[in-house]
Amino acid sequence: MLKFIARRLFLAVVTLAILLVIITAIPNLAPGDPARKVAGGTASPERLAQVTEDLGLNDSIPQQLANTAKSVLTLDFGTSAAGQPVSDILWSSLGNSTKLVVLSLVLIVPLSILGGLIAAFKKDTWLDRVIVNVGVAFSAVPDFVAGVFLLAFLGVPYEFFKTQASAPGEGPITQIQHLLLPALAVLAVYFGYLARITRAGTINALDADYTRTAFMRGLSTRKVFRNHVARNALQPTVAVLGTQLGYLFGGMVALEKVFNYPGVGKMILDAVEGANYPALRAGVLTVAIIYMLATLAADLLVAYMNPRTRQSLGDN
Amino acid sequence: MSTGDSGTGAAGPAPQSVSQDLPGAPAPAAKSDTPKNDGGRSGRNQIRREQRRVLFASPAFIIGVLIVLFWIVAAIFPTLLTSAGEKEFVEAGPNSKPFGDSWLGTDSSGWDVYTRIIYGARPILIVAPIATALAIIVGTLLGLIMGYYRGWVDEVLSRVLEAILSIPVILMAILVVTTFGKSTPIIVGTIALLFVPAITRTIRSASIAESDLDYVTSAKMRGESGLFIVSREILPNVVGLVVVELTVRLGYAIFTYATLAFLGFVGANVTDADWGVDVAQQFNQIVNDRWWSSIFPATAIASLVIGVNLIADSIDKALKS
Repeated sequence: MLKFIARRLFLAVVTLAILLVIITAIPNLAPGDPARKVAGGTASPERLAQVTEDLGLNDSIPQQLANTAKSVLTLDFGTSAAGQPVSDILWSSLGNSTKLVVLSLVLIVPLSILGGLIAAFKKDTWLDRVIVNVGVAFSAVPDFVAGVFLLAFLGVPYEFFKTQASAPGEGPITQIQHLLLPALAVLAVYFGYLARITRAGTINALDADYTRTAFMRGLSTRKVFRNHVARNALQPTVAVLGTQLGYLFGGMVALEKVFNYPGVGKMILDAVEGANYPALRAGVLTVAIIYMLATLAADLLVAYMNPRTRQSLGDN
Repeated sequence: MSTGDSGTGAAGPAPQSVSQDLPGAPAPAAKSDTPKNDGGRSGRNQIRREQRRVLFASPAFIIGVLIVLFWIVAAIFPTLLTSAGEKEFVEAGPNSKPFGDSWLGTDSSGWDVYTRIIYGARPILIVAPIATALAIIVGTLLGLIMGYYRGWVDEVLSRVLEAILSIPVILMAILVVTTFGKSTPIIVGTIALLFVPAITRTIRSASIAESDLDYVTSAKMRGESGLFIVSREILPNVVGLVVVELTVRLGYAIFTYATLAFLGFVGANVTDADWGVDVAQQFNQIVNDRWWSSIFPATAIASLVIGVNLIADSIDKALKS
């Protein structure tokens, strides 16, 4: 297990290093004058000079790379044009995103695992087909489309649902109430995907020899499920959840716009709007790091659930 | 969605796969869906015919094709479906309710919502298919070559692809479009480029699985060149997978373009009909109880994505049958 962890950590560091190179390369690869594109056509010469500096284009490429790496290691992403440290905006946005992600996960994880299990146990019945097909249809729809529908058909007609995701007060109940619609939109998007993965994993586990043996030994369905099926059936679900966590934090840009929620996505949009490149870069890097940590955690968890996977790392 | 069962993770709001380093998850194409029949071309043709029969008998496929065809007609011949212009002030006046003076109502600018939707099919149906086609060509080539030759080039490229996959497509697109400019060719190129890693990864795993099979070994022993083996031996056996990947990615390209449009990252002119732009311009009207001007274009986006996914799903099922 230790060897597995070491190898997996090494891979994560390599991936992060490559990512830093890519992020640093983007402004250098841009055609024409990227500062003008970032700042907009009407920017003053002083503003343009400032944005060029923000893009890092005044430094040599190795120097730029060192700066990017340093910003990640020290979590100091410079200051915006208005003089505000980028990390301040970043932390408050991350805090807001975390609230939304946690509430979404509280809804998504139990519901979609339950849906997947029901579909697997009732395989090929109408119930299975409804869960799979409705789920697939919803998960194809962009998050902001789901958000706009919820806004129009729940948010406006019912006083209980709020159209603005940030609560005016501090109380946790009020905050949850305000976050409910965006969280439901996330649920609509993720339910089908996770339920389907869970269903497939469960069907595989139910078909496996060890399950048949367990049934033949006369164990009850409940016992077979708890002791033999669950840990194998849920491995793909855990793995997928890990890969999706980064997306939950950073991929909900459009949904945050619909509900006017100041999360990481909104921060990135504002950064583009205000030609605040340090904030834009910081947001993107942070989401990537969250993704890496989450996949790392998921891989370790899967390895813990199934010792066999520890050996095959790398021979993909 | 279609490949969800096989664990490639092509589904979901963010089209990223299960981490490559996760041996616990079923390998994407370890068991290639295309039957391996190196016995002869006729055997393969017969299987293909059978698969086509299953496909054309599937109601999901037919519904998907009808939806997509409708929008293609709208994109090519909008005047067949509506008599008004995309920026024409219709008689009903602004904010007219649907199913009254105007079929789907009018928006706050006084434009006919139905007409805007018909005209709005064009930009999305230009960008998404071109971007998908480019991504499929590059991704398939890379995947086949990486999977067949392996070695350190494969190792390095795999790491690079992994790094790109660690950022949500939409964020990377925002970063690139902001620094490169908002023109249509840049948007097409960006979406294409960002879809390459996921496609490459799927095709690469399939290519690795195929490379271990006897027919490849025997081709090698016959002294065939690597180019011949990749293009004439392996490629035909992963074509089914490429087709599934093509339709699935098309769904995501539509998804991605619509999202970029909603966020204001496409085109210079917000008055041009475009579903995502129209939703962005009009969704603030919802709180004034004027839901139709954003809900109908949002429905158009949903219908196109669902249509493409129904097709992708049916093709995937037919190939597995």
